[in-house]
Amino acid sequence: MNLSKISKSLLIALPMIALGACSSNSATETESAEQTNAPATTQAETTTTANDTVQTDAIEAIELTEEEKLIEQYSSAILETTIQFEFDKSTILPEFALILDAHAKFLIDNASKSVTVEGHADEKGTPEYNIALGERRAIAVSNYLQNMGVAESQIKVVSYGEEKPANFAHNEAAWAENRRAVLVY
Amino acid sequence: MKMFSRLTIMLMLVTISSTASARLEILITEGVNTARPIAVVPFKWLGEGKKPENFAEIVANDLQRSGQFSPLSVDKMPKTPSSSQFIDYGVWAKLGVEAIVMGEVKPGTTAGRYTVTFELLDVLTGNVNMADYNPVMEKRRNTVLTKQLRQYGHRISDIVYEKLTGERGAFLTRIAYVAVDRESTHPYQLRISDYDGEGEKLVLRSKQPIMSPSWSPDGRKLAYVSFEKRRSEIYIQDLYTQKRELITSFPKINGSPSWSPDGSQLALVLSKDGQPEIYTLNVTTKALKRLTRNRVIDTEPSWTPDGRSIIFSSERGGRPQIYQMSLTSGRTKRLTWEGDMNLGGTITPDGGSLVVVSRQNGNFMISAQDLDSGELRTLTKTQLDESPSVAPNGSMIMYSTVYQGKQGLALVSMDGRFKANIPASNGEVKSPAWSPFLQ
Repeated sequence: MNLSKISKSLLIALPMIALGACSSNSATETESAEQTNAPATTQAETTTTANDTVQTDAIEAIELTEEEKLIEQYSSAILETTIQFEFDKSTILPEFALILDAHAKFLIDNASKSVTVEGHADEKGTPEYNIALGERRAIAVSNYLQNMGVAESQIKVVSYGEEKPANFAHNEAAWAENRRAVLVY
Repeated sequence: MKMFSRLTIMLMLVTISSTASARLEILITEGVNTARPIAVVPFKWLGEGKKPENFAEIVANDLQRSGQFSPLSVDKMPKTPSSSQFIDYGVWAKLGVEAIVMGEVKPGTTAGRYTVTFELLDVLTGNVNMADYNPVMEKRRNTVLTKQLRQYGHRISDIVYEKLTGERGAFLTRIAYVAVDRESTHPYQLRISDYDGEGEKLVLRSKQPIMSPSWSPDGRKLAYVSFEKRRSEIYIQDLYTQKRELITSFPKINGSPSWSPDGSQLALVLSKDGQPEIYTLNVTTKALKRLTRNRVIDTEPSWTPDGRSIIFSSERGGRPQIYQMSLTSGRTKRLTWEGDMNLGGTITPDGGSLVVVSRQNGNFMISAQDLDSGELRTLTKTQLDESPSVAPNGSMIMYSTVYQGKQGLALVSMDGRFKANIPASNGEVKSPAWSPFLQ
């Protein structure tokens, strides 16, 4: 399955899904799975009753889409591929750990998959320094994934510095958006 | 006013013909009142129809951009003589004019050729009128082809500049820069133009970023970084034959190439062994030599004019600052102490100053540090100035800045008194590299 396509197609739908699934650690995953399966099991158990005066029929269980299954398994964070950074910093902020945890789990489960971590910087400072800064961010992400158990051979690192901004404007909002690492499958 | 109308016409042309390349245009943003007054009189056209080139305009613009001269506007000129035989030095002296440039353009004996004569006159000497002193400082006659007309204008500027300042002129030079035109199928472009933005030519275009152009000292080749294989690699491209050679393609960063003054080596940055480190690479044998060795970022190498040291940016002291490493002793010393951070350092051709991008109060500004006194002077006032490249005669600095919401090039005279923007009409323009002397 093509994860990048999935993430793209679900980017818009994601907020709604995320709202529904809300907290997305493994505990809630199991819980929601039980809920989905619950009606089907109840149906099956109630087919036979005391006498034949009543009959029952089964309905089909609600099946998840491929993307929803992915979310179920790895949390909705798997669809996020961008990690933001503070100015001149390459520390992974706590709010992005969840995203990387999800990707780490995915990569461990799918050892044949590999990911490219693209490091980016805002336009402040020289292009050459920003290439170095972008690489430091990409490496921070790579190290995090490896610490979670992902094999080094599954990760490629490339820095684009300030050369490929996500937002072309020249202001604080754009700079914040451009200080990022992006996971590309 | 005239510049604006030219710009408008040019913009229209670009809109009409999508293949027409964008031209750059210099706008004066800050005047100078301490510059030396000079008169560049419109050259007399002795042929029929429209004059082939406005030499006086080219020369006046060149001299003004250097920040050292203040050309008298044509409407303030008492007369417009074209030869020293008919000069009334008194009226020019009264206006405070120090020197006069004048000339004539005559159609040549064959089509497409012109005879251009020019003279440079010293007004003070002429006004004193002593027999032993000749006010004619320079007089030349040349046959110029149509395609050489603009070049010859810059040549006149070079000669005038050298006569009046004692320093070699750098008007007959070029700049290489990166343009990003997001409308194009190949948005990342390496372009070369005359130093004033005229005569722009595309030398490489790519779907992936191009960075850090650096001229070989003979002006024949460019080294640069290309991401065409979705990773950084260093290439050398011959500008005349278009031949490209892949120089380094190590894992991770291959960046910041910079030619040694003798053209035999490139200083560059590789992060294959961990953090970005400075290396030198012999262009012929491809032998690599690692210069820095520590756990922080070292980048942006450039050579001192004597080729004996490398200037570079390093985070070894915390924030990035500029350091100098001697290639003979291997000793490293820190050069910059002022400002939150200093990046992109280069030594001026005379070896006297260090030009840097200095971050002060959150703004990145082009600054120059006197190497003897250590005094750091801020030359620009804008927020996002970077990639300074010094003219081969050390008179001006070309840099990239954000102007009217777009990244563009700008010029500042070495004393910081004169600035001019060179906005691109299509796309954003950055990473300028000033060529060496080309003749």
